[in-house]
Amino acid sequence: MVIRHAWDLKESDVTPEHLFFGRRKILAMGAGALTALALPKGAGAALVDGYAKETTTLNEKVTPFEDATAYNNFYEFGTDKSDPAAIAPKMFHPGPWEVVVDGECAKPGKIGLEALIHPQKLVERTYRLRCVEAWSMVIPWIGVPLGDVLKRFEPTSKAKYVAFWTLEDPKQMPGQRSPILPWPYREGLRIDEAVHPLTLLSVGAYGRDLLPQNGAPLRLVVPWKYGFKSIKSIVRISFTETMPQCTWNMTAPNEYGFYSNVNPAVDHPRWSQATERRIGEFLRRKTLPFNGYADQVASLYQGMDLKANF
Amino acid sequence: MRRIKRIAWGVGMLPLAWLVLAGVTGGLGVNPIEAFTRGLGDWALRFLLLTLAVTPVRMLTNWGWVSGLRRTFGLIAFTYACLHLLSYTGLDQLFDWGTLYKDLLKRRYITVGAVAYLMLIPLAVTSDSRLIKRLGGARWRALHRLIYVIAPLVVLHFWMMIRAGYDRPLLYGLAAGSLLAMRLVRVTMREAPAGPPPVPRPSADGG
Repeated sequence: MVIRHAWDLKESDVTPEHLFFGRRKILAMGAGALTALALPKGAGAALVDGYAKETTTLNEKVTPFEDATAYNNFYEFGTDKSDPAAIAPKMFHPGPWEVVVDGECAKPGKIGLEALIHPQKLVERTYRLRCVEAWSMVIPWIGVPLGDVLKRFEPTSKAKYVAFWTLEDPKQMPGQRSPILPWPYREGLRIDEAVHPLTLLSVGAYGRDLLPQNGAPLRLVVPWKYGFKSIKSIVRISFTETMPQCTWNMTAPNEYGFYSNVNPAVDHPRWSQATERRIGEFLRRKTLPFNGYADQVASLYQGMDLKANF
Repeated sequence: MRRIKRIAWGVGMLPLAWLVLAGVTGGLGVNPIEAFTRGLGDWALRFLLLTLAVTPVRMLTNWGWVSGLRRTFGLIAFTYACLHLLSYTGLDQLFDWGTLYKDLLKRRYITVGAVAYLMLIPLAVTSDSRLIKRLGGARWRALHRLIYVIAPLVVLHFWMMIRAGYDRPLLYGLAAGSLLAMRLVRVTMREAPAGPPPVPRPSADGG
């Protein structure tokens, strides 16, 4: 099934087929290859097994798989961009994964990853990802719209926000052994941002399960916000009445706001947000308001002072 | 001594050669311009520390010849600082002077870096033997005391760029602080202060 949306990228831009790893191909390649592919040990069959490609009309080149999996900000594994790719596959073995869903909802619970995702149909969406550090990529994510998952837990009228937590396990995540950030990593969205059709709960990218350095096995993708809001390796989701704590906002409140919408008109205190370096390109690009998703999300912020609510 | 200085220059240019080679062969990762600029800055700071370490090493070992390397390392550090600045303004920002000017005023870490660089210029210029002669030892020494301001500014410039995980600038800061302290101790111990390099006679070493 092919679904066209305004935010999409061209089908011709999506990663060539030889990078796709369907489940049959993985099993055929044997156990040795499984380790080489760095699939989570003990997780059983690949989570990404058949998905609908929501092809798009955006005219931008997808970032090569090798680049998107080698240049990551995931301080749980170190503060260098090369640390997550070097360390996470060796030390992070997600195993059977459970997510706690609680807070202001009628059906809270602890739910296994398969049970969380599989009632929904997986889709592939190619989104821009804009880091607050002024570099960006284009990545074909695979997942389910977060809104569809959240409504199964029946949030009450008190649920004004959704809060997220990353795993805290210094044994697997050596970066957490020092207080570079106040662990565990936390993020949050307003309820309308969380249920917006663009917001994706992702389990894969480039046709396969998420690699450890990309936030395996479960992460958020909120393409119109700076990348740090797309929290990785999620273990808990909570519906809250009050604005949740977000790690970067706790660390440097004058630099990282709750909303952190991509906005070329609002600079980071220490650098400009007007342009960005698209990984792989020599010339810098002009940053787009809401990372180019203004048509879809600007209405969420109507009447808001975007400089004050940065 | 001339040979030692030539070797020092050769060694000093090795990191640059590696950075350029890595840059053109894809060895600088997926964001090579940023890595190149940062690498040049790292080496400018390291050679600055090396320059500061010369006198303490001479104090500890009594190897007089080491002092001759101070100017060499200082000039190498300045070379890297120039290239670091060129890489940022040219490669990264493509000489967009409007944006660069705004950055200079608004981004405090850039202001700090620029001030440190501007202060380095008279130090680099007065490394030339003829100018040392014109200045005289006392004035040369006074001018080069600026390094006590420049070194902390450089560490501050580095510190202000980090988002989290301050271990590296902290380490550099401690190194710089210790080296500067050792030189200050020498001053209080009334040892002869580190003077300018000897003005060469026509037949003596260049360098």
